[in-house]
Amino acid sequence: METLTALIIGVLVAASVYLMLARNFMRFLFGLILLSNAANLTIFASGRMTPGAPALVPYGEDTPLGVVGNALPQALVLTAIVIGFGLLAFTLALAFEAYRRLRTMDSDKMRYAEPKEERE
Amino acid sequence: MMSWLLVMPIAIPFATAVVAYLMRMSDAGRWISLAGSALSLLASAALMVAVLERGVVAAQMSSWDAPFGITLVVDYLGAVMVVITAITGLATAIYALGEIPARLEKLGYHALFQTLIAGVTGAFMTGDVFNLYVWFEVMLISSFGLLVLGGSREQLDAGIKYVALNLVSTLVFLSGIGLLYGVTGTLNMADLRDAVANAENQGLITVIAMMFMVGFGVKAAVFPLFFWLPASYHTPSFAVSAVFAGLLTKVGVYALMRMFTLVFVGDIGFTHEILIWVSALTMLTGVLGAAAQTDFRKILSFHIISQIGYMTLGLALYTPLALMGGVFYLVHHIIVKANLFLVAGVANKLAGHTDLNRIGGLYKSSPLLAALFVIPAFSLAGFPPLSGFWAKYLIVKAAIELDNWLIAFVALFVGLLTIFSMTKIWGMAFWKPHPDGIDPTPDRVPDKVRIPMMIPIGGLAAMTILIGFYPEPFVQFAEVAAAQLLDPTDYVETVLGARP
Amino acid sequence: MNSIIFTAGARILVALLLVFSLFMLLRGHHLPGGGFIGGLIGAIAFIVYALACGSAEARTALRVSPEGLAMVGLGVALLAGLVSFVFGDPFFTGQWYWVGGDSYETAAFSINSVLVFDIGVYLVVLGGILSIAFAFEEET
Repeated sequence: METLTALIIGVLVAASVYLMLARNFMRFLFGLILLSNAANLTIFASGRMTPGAPALVPYGEDTPLGVVGNALPQALVLTAIVIGFGLLAFTLALAFEAYRRLRTMDSDKMRYAEPKEERE
Repeated sequence: MMSWLLVMPIAIPFATAVVAYLMRMSDAGRWISLAGSALSLLASAALMVAVLERGVVAAQMSSWDAPFGITLVVDYLGAVMVVITAITGLATAIYALGEIPARLEKLGYHALFQTLIAGVTGAFMTGDVFNLYVWFEVMLISSFGLLVLGGSREQLDAGIKYVALNLVSTLVFLSGIGLLYGVTGTLNMADLRDAVANAENQGLITVIAMMFMVGFGVKAAVFPLFFWLPASYHTPSFAVSAVFAGLLTKVGVYALMRMFTLVFVGDIGFTHEILIWVSALTMLTGVLGAAAQTDFRKILSFHIISQIGYMTLGLALYTPLALMGGVFYLVHHIIVKANLFLVAGVANKLAGHTDLNRIGGLYKSSPLLAALFVIPAFSLAGFPPLSGFWAKYLIVKAAIELDNWLIAFVALFVGLLTIFSMTKIWGMAFWKPHPDGIDPTPDRVPDKVRIPMMIPIGGLAAMTILIGFYPEPFVQFAEVAAAQLLDPTDYVETVLGARP
Repeated sequence: MNSIIFTAGARILVALLLVFSLFMLLRGHHLPGGGFIGGLIGAIAFIVYALACGSAEARTALRVSPEGLAMVGLGVALLAGLVSFVFGDPFFTGQWYWVGGDSYETAAFSINSVLVFDIGVYLVVLGGILSIAFAFEEET
């Protein structure tokens, strides 16, 4: 299971690097999404993969019964997913607004913030 | 009760953000923001007093014991960073009264600004690596908003580059956190110190250390990861760029200092040696990049990069004197750099542009502004007896004590080139006559706008002079801070022994 | 989207989703659920409504601006943390008041700061997601 997860993370990172090297900002953004998923999987795999029940405390008990999964990486991943979702949604909105105003997605052509004489 | 001292500098900006947002349509929003900034300064001053009494102050949130709950912990370095953040926040909040137009206020400028301050303060106070990531994100999302607020083409262009590179760095940092948890099973910084030292696979620890270095390196804008900074810092409003210039990169430097003195100290010969050369190249590329620019804020942006090199050098040399210099530099630089950006804003208002080729004559018509520019500019370059001189002196002396003459030479040479850049700004913006024949007298700007913009500039310049002429208490403070960084026993014991 | 089936069906769906989102919010402390997932479901309800009747209509149905809702949520969540100051506990320590008893077993129900925090999260998620979703809906 760990090997499989490691391979998936590797493929995700490779694909995201390939996408992020593109000039088109949308492809960069897709690469970023893949990279964010790879990071989340890394955290999840770091909590060790064990077959176990969800870490829920039954009614009337103080601790969970039997073998339960490690709950901490799940909490971390959930936080990371939520934050990543917010940031990527913002980035998408920014990319859309930039496309509307700058009329380009090509990062080589985005030179409005650079000194004028270099633009030609 | 101690725990509430630690919470207040974070909670006050958040509460201010909420109220300021709800009041954004009226004039009350900006005064609430100002009052909130003043309150957080008081709260952080109270925290500073507690730290001066006890050395290290720590508390557990939600009554969960360390290392399971979230720790807030402040030592000398953390305390001074929190105070300086509040000072910068107050200065820019006053400045914003004059600069920020009602159009931006209605879009929620003050709420974003206060959230940014909360994020920065949280990053300085947390004692948990994952919590540090969360504060980084709070800081990032509000800085994204502030950067593109108003939505001009330049801002959108800059925003894309800033967002893209910062998100990549965050994800590298996050992956590092995941691997670190996998190796050690804990994320509390104080707990990590022992866990990392006792980890079986030290090679993997070094790899993780490098991931952290890259992640924080992008935030701190060190060579070769700084490209987002000069592409973006000259586009937002001046109050925003002053906060960014003063605080955001310093959070990266602070995180480097914290992690590479507290946690990743197993292989100093490798990690800190890399940092030495990174610092040298950062100083050089920054200052050379500035030489090629003619825009007021672009020159200053490149100088942030070169100055970051000095701070990371203080960490990389890893002696008590060097770290002391690094801490001193951090504090001095926040004040000076934020002030220079604020001056640029007033120059822009008076002379009509930030491109140095298109402005001039400021010395003749506004001698006060010229004087207030000279103080931080010369301090930045390291002229005695201003604050920058002592900062540079400590770092260079530390390099010489280690017989690292090349580094000492680079540091001095970069100081020389900094003077060149500052005299370029002086010559083009202040000395030569205005190319369009305009006389940029202060009357060109109404009092209601000009006075709030000048007050923080004067205040920060006074602090620069104060640190310059009476450096002893500040140097002594930095000495204790450096000693705490090099021997964090007190830090670790306070955190792990902290009762909720 | 001008399908009459969708528009008619959306009304029922929206009502069901909103009730379900509140249900998820309230069961959150002891069972899977909570403010985050509840807020997401609530946001989906308004997004479905916006797809069926247009985002202007959905904004009217929401009555307050989504950004303001998110900021109020942040304030509510912060208050839930600050309330433990009154009881002399550290920040964000859960405060419980049992109605009709003195523990989980005997009380009919409880008033607690944890639920207040969850309501704050619910509002933040609902407001945050809707502000982005409406912005996209209106720009295209």
